[in-house]
Amino acid sequence: MTAVLDTPPDDAHGVRKPSRWAAPPRPVWEEPPNKAGLAGKGIALTLACLAILFPLWIVIVTSLQSKKTIDEAGGLVVIPQGITFIAYQELLSGGQVQKATLVSIGVTVVGTLFSMTVSVLCAYGLSRSGSLGHRGILMTLLATMFFGAGLIPTYLLVQALGLTDTYLALILPSAVSVFNILVLRAFFMNISQELIDSARIDGAGDWRILWKIVLPLSRAVLAVIGLFYAVGYWSAWFNASIYLTDQEMMPLQNVMIQLVQMQQRPVGLQAQINTGQLSPLAIQMAVMVLALLPVAVLSPFVQKHFKKGMLTGAVKG
Amino acid sequence: MSNSTVPRTTTEAKTPARTPAASGGAAGRRARGGKKNPGKLSLKLRFRRDRTLILMTLPAVLLILVFNYIPILGNVVAFQDYDPYAGDNGFVAIFNSPWIGIEQFERIFADSAFWHAVQNTLVLFFLQLVLYFPIPILLALLINSVVRPRVRAVAQAVMYLPHFFSWVLVVTVFMQIFGGAGIIAQTLRQHGYEGFDVMTDPEVFKYLVTAQTVWKDAGWGIIVFLAALSSVSGDLYEAAAMDGAGRWRRMWHITLPALRPVIALLLVLRVGDALTVGFEQLLLQRQAVGVNASEVLDTYVWWNGIRNQDFSYAAAAGLIKGVVGLALVLIANKVAHLMGEQGVYKK
Repeated sequence: MTAVLDTPPDDAHGVRKPSRWAAPPRPVWEEPPNKAGLAGKGIALTLACLAILFPLWIVIVTSLQSKKTIDEAGGLVVIPQGITFIAYQELLSGGQVQKATLVSIGVTVVGTLFSMTVSVLCAYGLSRSGSLGHRGILMTLLATMFFGAGLIPTYLLVQALGLTDTYLALILPSAVSVFNILVLRAFFMNISQELIDSARIDGAGDWRILWKIVLPLSRAVLAVIGLFYAVGYWSAWFNASIYLTDQEMMPLQNVMIQLVQMQQRPVGLQAQINTGQLSPLAIQMAVMVLALLPVAVLSPFVQKHFKKGMLTGAVKG
Repeated sequence: MSNSTVPRTTTEAKTPARTPAASGGAAGRRARGGKKNPGKLSLKLRFRRDRTLILMTLPAVLLILVFNYIPILGNVVAFQDYDPYAGDNGFVAIFNSPWIGIEQFERIFADSAFWHAVQNTLVLFFLQLVLYFPIPILLALLINSVVRPRVRAVAQAVMYLPHFFSWVLVVTVFMQIFGGAGIIAQTLRQHGYEGFDVMTDPEVFKYLVTAQTVWKDAGWGIIVFLAALSSVSGDLYEAAAMDGAGRWRRMWHITLPALRPVIALLLVLRVGDALTVGFEQLLLQRQAVGVNASEVLDTYVWWNGIRNQDFSYAAAAGLIKGVVGLALVLIANKVAHLMGEQGVYKK
């Protein structure tokens, strides 16, 4: 069966390309799989995937239903009946949620760019063992993996720096992840030294080497680390909850807490809910979809690099 | 310049050439021979050679110093009766607040709420160890036994997904499924049974929290095990099969031993991190389920410090957690080394 499904199209010369998806040939010594084992595996895998996908399915489907369907189902909808985007139109036509979404996007984009720049520079700066101060700086960073300063002193510091009620409070305190720097550094150190040396002979300085040689060769790990940072900023709510007092400034996750967990009504679109056109539940679910969508769309693209990224990250002090 | 074939030396030779003063005789010669003995380079030369690299690390180092190291000094408020209004800002106030020694710590140790938080922390830790820890291993074995790349890729993509969701989202999803107004309770009520509300039941709460952790991170946890499995040589399996070992015997004698170092390492690290259990996750459900069931050390510090503004008291509690936590991590690492694993850092 696999043979039929996975047969790749012949190329111009009639040579078959091996497909990325083709199952590797079974070794002679290995017993052919028995039916019960295969079925068991299939069921276990399906169950595991369903346990993850089913809740998401309900959330997405409910957000796309009209008030009538939701009321008939008595709550969340499992089988969709007709699709309407009214909840999203409402949310994104101004008001609290739209503002919060923009805030989240802004913080995520700016924060990720900032974190990536700082981390890549630092990782490259530490990638040549034997350079001056290399060990000391590395130890300074590593030490923070073992002890944190604690919540209260950090809070007092951010307050003292005057960062409260600014978006900087959402970015600066957690801008650098030492773990991510170590992953990047390990990856940079694996880049062929000859290549870098030859660029140096040709007169390239460190900035040019980083920009023209190291970065283009590190796209995979940059994608992984970029995703880690972006997800971190996108998912963060705690910093906003303690450093921001202005409700207007709250990012999406915090608004989601208010709307869904505390069952508040979103500001700015009461009319539609009150006139009965829109189910409050659909609004709640739509907010959740807004929060999960970017992550769910992006992470599968980066997925194939995860293993490599995580492994090069195995700390090599 | 470019006729030099030893690249490392090129940089070193180039620098003194630019500044004739520094390239005086011996230093220049030493610089050229510096490739084999970098230690022999003078500090000044090494700085000149590496200044770009040092410059590049500066922003990150600065951020780490400001947001990770300076607050460590801020822990002194644990030994004070800190008054945030004693100065122009919270930082100056530290210098103006009176010192009271270990009074805060005495208060904490006399507080039954603190010991309750410790108890909750440890209970959650053990539950996670028993109910959560083995699951990624089993999942990894399952995925590893799947031969077809397409099935593997899809299953992995699905399983990694929840790791990237925020805790807010995960808790909310659980609420919508298992909560009092959630889909299961709704369906039960529709069919004439009594509804239930797992989310606010203090008895079930610890299992619920563990289930959330499993849902979110079990899939992500398989990565490291899959990597360990993929590095096992196929020859071992073939040899075992030639000797007549069946599928299960091969798993028992080859696959599991291959996982042993990773399992041991992660176990040790987890124990070292025992005092940190799901801060955000618990904070989000604190109101719904009540303080008694959900209070752990982290939320205890948050509540007393940020909510009640009793900064000194909370800082003292945080300091206790930090010190004990650091000790646990160091001990765990020591144990990892004793077992012959690499640990988080090298010996």
